[in-house]
Amino acid sequence: MSEMQFDLIVVGGGPGGYVAAIRASQLGLRTALVEKAQLGGVCLNWGCIPTKALLRSADVLRLIGSAGSFGIEVGPAKPDLKAIVKRSRDVAAQLHRGVDGLMKKHRIQVFNGHARLDGPQRLKVTGEQGDLSLNAPHIILATGARARLLPGMEPDGKHFWSYRQALVPDSVPKRLVIIGGGVIGIEFASFYHALGAQVSVVEMAERILPVEDHEVSAHVAQALVRDGIRLYTGCALQGSKVEQGAVQLRLEGSSNETLQADVVLVAAGIVGNVEDLGLEGTGVKVQHTHVLVDEFCRTGEPGVYAIGDLAGAPWLAHKASHEAVICVEKIAGQNPHPLDPRSVPACTYSHPQVASVGYTEAQARSAGKTLKVGKFPFAANGKAIAMGATQGFVKVVFDADSGELLGAHMVGEEVTEMIQGYTIARGLETTEAELIESILPHPTMSEAMHEAVLAAYERALHC
Amino acid sequence: MAKLLHMPEVSANATHAAIQNWTLKEGDTISAGDCIAEIETEKALVELAAEEDAVLGKILVEPGREVEVGAPIGVLFARGETGVDIAALLAKAGALAAANEPAVDDAPVLQPRAEVTPAIDAHHRGRVFASPLARRLAAAKGLDLASLKGSGPNGRIVKRDVEAAPVAGAVVAPTPVSTIGFDEVPHSGMRKTIARRLVESKATVPHFYLDVECRMESLLALREQVNQSAAKKISINDFIVKAVAVALQQVPAMNVTWTETALRRYHQADVCVAVSTDSGLITPVVRNADSKTLSRISADVAELAGRARDGRLRPEEYQGGSFTISNLGMFGVEQFSAIINPPHAAILAVGATQQKPVVENGELKVGSVLRCTLSVDHRAVDGALAAQWLAVFKGLMENPLGMLI
Repeated sequence: MSEMQFDLIVVGGGPGGYVAAIRASQLGLRTALVEKAQLGGVCLNWGCIPTKALLRSADVLRLIGSAGSFGIEVGPAKPDLKAIVKRSRDVAAQLHRGVDGLMKKHRIQVFNGHARLDGPQRLKVTGEQGDLSLNAPHIILATGARARLLPGMEPDGKHFWSYRQALVPDSVPKRLVIIGGGVIGIEFASFYHALGAQVSVVEMAERILPVEDHEVSAHVAQALVRDGIRLYTGCALQGSKVEQGAVQLRLEGSSNETLQADVVLVAAGIVGNVEDLGLEGTGVKVQHTHVLVDEFCRTGEPGVYAIGDLAGAPWLAHKASHEAVICVEKIAGQNPHPLDPRSVPACTYSHPQVASVGYTEAQARSAGKTLKVGKFPFAANGKAIAMGATQGFVKVVFDADSGELLGAHMVGEEVTEMIQGYTIARGLETTEAELIESILPHPTMSEAMHEAVLAAYERALHC
Repeated sequence: MAKLLHMPEVSANATHAAIQNWTLKEGDTISAGDCIAEIETEKALVELAAEEDAVLGKILVEPGREVEVGAPIGVLFARGETGVDIAALLAKAGALAAANEPAVDDAPVLQPRAEVTPAIDAHHRGRVFASPLARRLAAAKGLDLASLKGSGPNGRIVKRDVEAAPVAGAVVAPTPVSTIGFDEVPHSGMRKTIARRLVESKATVPHFYLDVECRMESLLALREQVNQSAAKKISINDFIVKAVAVALQQVPAMNVTWTETALRRYHQADVCVAVSTDSGLITPVVRNADSKTLSRISADVAELAGRARDGRLRPEEYQGGSFTISNLGMFGVEQFSAIINPPHAAILAVGATQQKPVVENGELKVGSVLRCTLSVDHRAVDGALAAQWLAVFKGLMENPLGMLI
């Protein structure tokens, strides 16, 4: 078995793993990356990116549908599912090749295969190149996560889907029931509803998007219901059976209905990919399928690190990438700040979109802070009216004592592109004073971000 | 006529100092030369002596509070003087010292600045990089931003740095901290200095390490002989101080310190000895150690260490030198490596003399062995030179008569 020595090896080529490898290479470390499927990971191949491509098609369809309101006459628009899915796969493939190129550019040696720890500072890789032994004083595990399976509802591609099948449908199911009202469930609800499916969402928590601010959840729920999506919140699944080509789902809780579905999409959370990594007998501790790490992603085993979804919530690609940078810089002897979970923005690409960063109002209150809360609706924003995008609002939460921007919450068109303003503000530790003094361009929807800050201090100009 | 008493510059380059305690109380009569207060600097405790006869009229800074050098700390009345307008006196001094001194009304102690941002920038040379939130939190805590070390990009002071800083002055309520399971001991000036200097050393001085074993039979025999007639016992450490000093004279290229513009070569061998005290580490210096007798070195070290433990070293007694000795042998430590004490170019970490198997002329024997590890500043000294010096040192330790000639 051939042996190779590196300074650092990354296991997993997703947005955590490949970023770790690039940063390590930039810092002069001889770096290898092991990936068993495709570079780019779930994010690029089966997650963030292909879903955005699908949702873009849904947006275009929706926009054409509303063309009349902009004074444009068009005939009825007809989605071509095959072409929509092909476009989504092409986008993923293009980016996949891009990551491949980045690895070459940074002289990162990529191994295709399955890696497992094989003693201290050592990995055994089984793959198409045969068995290899790779050695490095630092090994970063970035194996990610996968959809949680519900017993009796394992994906069969026919009646039961996970996100994988939902990304490459042959046809649009007539009646789609989505189990899980989190980000993934709500994004697919928006997509399939736009393509004509009758969509129901079942969520155990009392509200959809349960990690978002209450007002945001309520606004999105209202918008989805108005569009015709059925929401069953506060409902547990009592049982399911397949009868006459349809799934019957018995609910229990706030509704005791039995739902009929042609397809059930299970989007009920994720589990970490901790299996078969050779963690047994090492100091690496696993809790609820995730690896326990400290603020610099170190596990209980010296020289072994874990980042991204494998290392716990929030399950976000940009969190994985940031942890990758912190972890590698710490290894290289630099002095990075630990990741502040309150500065990790989160986006949901539903219709309407949701974007947020930091404390929700409820979290800030339960942390015992005195608050200044401001809200500004897009309905009062000139550009939004001109664009026909008056849905939604911007909400900001400040610490009344220090002026710290504790959190920001947005619903509406392209808010996912705007949240970065507040993220930077939080990162730079601006207070309300600097935000109030900032000049935002007119006419833009981002003016609502300024107005929300003004509103928190009872100074809003247009509301 | 009433006068303000200012915080003196008790040690070179110190920008801040704290009153450890007032030895007199308000209203006490003072004669010239009396100790009014004890001042804690970064390194030592210094007595503040009265320059003339007076009465301690007013104490402005309570013990423990760190203030800038030059800041008013008290008011001296002339003997028999009454009806002094302290506020007016301070206001006048404040006006003279530019607008950045804290505003004072009738308050008995100095209030923290109400508006931090412009004051800080005007007061300190150059701009203090700090986030807006950090500035506001520091103002609320009464902290001087310039006294903080920033952990943000390019040393920018951010929220966490302010939160980590101890609250200055008793006028501001300390942030409530849960005290379950631990308690917090505020850093002394000395502790802060140790932390700052060692971080600076470890982070900016490129260390390399050389390890050597010295056979101790000859030195132990000589020491026994010497101690039979010595009034005060000579320790192994005294021999080491001497050997280091003689080796520095024999290899003068090692007796240097690095400065940004030049390599400073020393003419005499001043050797510092690390002394552990209750409040931390201090390194008094034995001057001209190469030309001193062992008994003189022994007496010097004992005297300096004693006063170091009482916190009563004068700045000139711990400043200078190019070399430090740190000896943990008395704790049974066999070997360790030490962090260089800036601006020194090297530090010798000395372990315990131990009985060990040694090979002599191909035969296994029991020998007395001392392990020493030399940490060297690679900017000032290269490996070969340090190795040459270490060989001379080893030679002196193993043939100790060489250091007495």
